[in-house]
Amino acid sequence: MINSNSELILEISDLHAQVEGQKILNGVDLQIRSGEIHALMGRNGSGKSTLSKVLAGHPAYKVTNGKVLYRGEDLLGFEPEERARLGLFLGFQYPVEIPGVSNIEFLRVSTNSRRKQLGEEELDIFSFEDFVDSRLKLVQMNPSFLERSVNEGFSGGEKKRNEILQMALLEPILSILDETDSGLDIDALRIVAGGVNQLTNQDNATLLITHYQRLLDEIKPDFVHVMSSGRILRTGGSELARELEDSGYEWIENELPKTGES
Amino acid sequence: MDRERITKDGRKLKMSLQETKLWESLSEPRGPLASIQLSARESLKSRGMPAASEETWRLTDFQLLESILHLPLSSSASESNCSSVFDMPSPPTEGFRLMLSPGSEPLGLESLPKGFNLLNSEELKEVLGKALEHCGSNEDWSVGLNNSCVDNVLALRVEGIDLPSLELVISGKDGEFSATRVILLVEKNTHLNFLQVLLGAFNSAHSHLIEIHLAENASLNHEWLAFGGGKSSFLSHIAVEQQPKSDYSFTSIQKGWLFSRFEPCLVQVNGQASTKFRGLQIADSNEQIATNSTIRFDGPEGDLDQLHKGIAAGTSHSIFNGCIEVPQPAQRTSAAQLSRNLLLSNRSRVDTKPELKIVADDVRCTHGATVTELQEEQLFYMRSRGIEQIAAANLLLRGYCQEIISSLPMSFDRWKVLEHVLEGLRG
Ligand SMILES: Nc1ncnc2c1ncn2[C@@H]1O[C@H](COP(=O)(O)OP(=O)(O)OP(=O)(O)O)[C@@H](O)[C@H]1O
Ligand SMILES: [Mg+2]
Repeated sequence: MINSNSELILEISDLHAQVEGQKILNGVDLQIRSGEIHALMGRNGSGKSTLSKVLAGHPAYKVTNGKVLYRGEDLLGFEPEERARLGLFLGFQYPVEIPGVSNIEFLRVSTNSRRKQLGEEELDIFSFEDFVDSRLKLVQMNPSFLERSVNEGFSGGEKKRNEILQMALLEPILSILDETDSGLDIDALRIVAGGVNQLTNQDNATLLITHYQRLLDEIKPDFVHVMSSGRILRTGGSELARELEDSGYEWIENELPKTGES
Repeated sequence: MDRERITKDGRKLKMSLQETKLWESLSEPRGPLASIQLSARESLKSRGMPAASEETWRLTDFQLLESILHLPLSSSASESNCSSVFDMPSPPTEGFRLMLSPGSEPLGLESLPKGFNLLNSEELKEVLGKALEHCGSNEDWSVGLNNSCVDNVLALRVEGIDLPSLELVISGKDGEFSATRVILLVEKNTHLNFLQVLLGAFNSAHSHLIEIHLAENASLNHEWLAFGGGKSSFLSHIAVEQQPKSDYSFTSIQKGWLFSRFEPCLVQVNGQASTKFRGLQIADSNEQIATNSTIRFDGPEGDLDQLHKGIAAGTSHSIFNGCIEVPQPAQRTSAAQLSRNLLLSNRSRVDTKPELKIVADDVRCTHGATVTELQEEQLFYMRSRGIEQIAAANLLLRGYCQEIISSLPMSFDRWKVLEHVLEGLRG
């Protein structure tokens, strides 16, 4: 829901970043307020995941210019783990497998690090089991996945559900969901989208990175941004996504760049 | 004693000061092993110290090896000042503990449970060195060294069902070089849980030799915890002989030795047996830890599943040589060997060499080796969930070790293996 008086959660100005000496982001501007849902679209390789990694603090990505304010503070000055504790969540496009580390242990340690930050009581093994049980229902995930190693041998869709489970446990303020819909079957997409909808409220915000209208039918965005060559080329409402679905990206890229205010 | 000798092939070799010292410190051969001592000393002297030109010794830090010989040989009379690094847990509830101290009678022998018997001298004569012979490791330097020094052997025959588990604790002595030897016969249809704990003591050096015979249908779960400490060193050799339909599961942990060389050798004398090896070795600071395993199938339809993991931190050196021999009679052998290694610092070093020597044609054998660092993507994933860098590295390390440590049913909890393994390790 758009309300220009609500808190500015994320404010990106003229962000440039590179990885392995290669410039990927070339001046990104983006503002996200609490209560808002933003969709970020764009061709393969346009820099969407790079933006999400930079925001989450991946050490391989170097910011060369620009700034990012998160709830008024310099986000780039924080370590990745601090960003997470402050309520930034990245749902990975490709969640990694961590053999030997049990999923439930991993979920408990990360949940407790966030709870500690929020001044909430840390959960022991038993109370965490109850807590995680309630959240499993949100994504209709089988508890047997808790006993396995983190993401190890999970199918593509199961990994994505595990990401949303983590989102549900960490109760973030800003969630960046990088192609959470890809790899999900039709039913799973509806379940995951339903979970995300239940988790969004007036006090948090979501940035959905996606290629498909299908997800945006389930989670209605307030803004749609199109990224191209490391910049946001155009911003519009949910109708923009439908136009893209019909006509592809070319017509935007052929127009003069026009970056919208959000 | 002269400082030169003539080798078998006629070369003249100079003896190092350390080696000379060792020979000088040896007492007169005595006891039931006197004749073995005598001949071992002779052949060791003419063989000379291991050299870098020998394949299995190629990467050895010879300075560290020689420093073992620098320590005086412990004598039975010396006070036992056992390792104090470890808080010894109470013995297993379903089992019993023997304490073996170099040069003296093992503690706890007075009341061996039903099913456990000491070999008499006739029986001992019959089995002594047999597994070594089958494994072809009689001529190995480490075996020769043990044979030259050890003057007592703990020889046990185990037979029966529902046996209590056996825990054998062996401690080095601070400031001394000591040697122990064990023989274990596991008879037909017998299942045994056997834990060996080998502890170093600050500046101890220890040589340990064990021969194991598994009769038909016998099964042995063998756990091996070798925890050094300080500047302690450890040379160990295991020779296992497996009869058909026997089942041997061996899990070893090595950590905390300035120098450790571990030589598990196994032969399936008629194939048709099942062997499982799990090993984890951790080298830190300036340590060198090496495992040289040799497994041979002398008959058909044998089965091996071997996973060896190494971790090298600091400026340490971790070595694995794993040889699997599948000669002509070993048709339909199924063997898998994997060596996985983790480098925790860019000044540490890993050398791994899995090796298959296959002559038989109808076999399924795989082997492989990996050397990796802690995965940046895994670390970042965990950090992005609020987990501190150090804690994330620790979780990864724990996960890495868990795969081995989970096959230590006897010792995992009681000996707090995970804690000891992770202690001091930094990702
Ligand atoms: N670690 C890296 N090393 C080298 N190049 C990289 C790295 N990460 C990203 N890139 C490059 O940066 C560009 C943008 O990649 P990015 O993953 O951000 O694209 P994307 O918009 O998320 O694409 P997709 O829709 O396919 O997920 C690509 O050309 C990619 O190859
Ligand atoms: Mg992407």
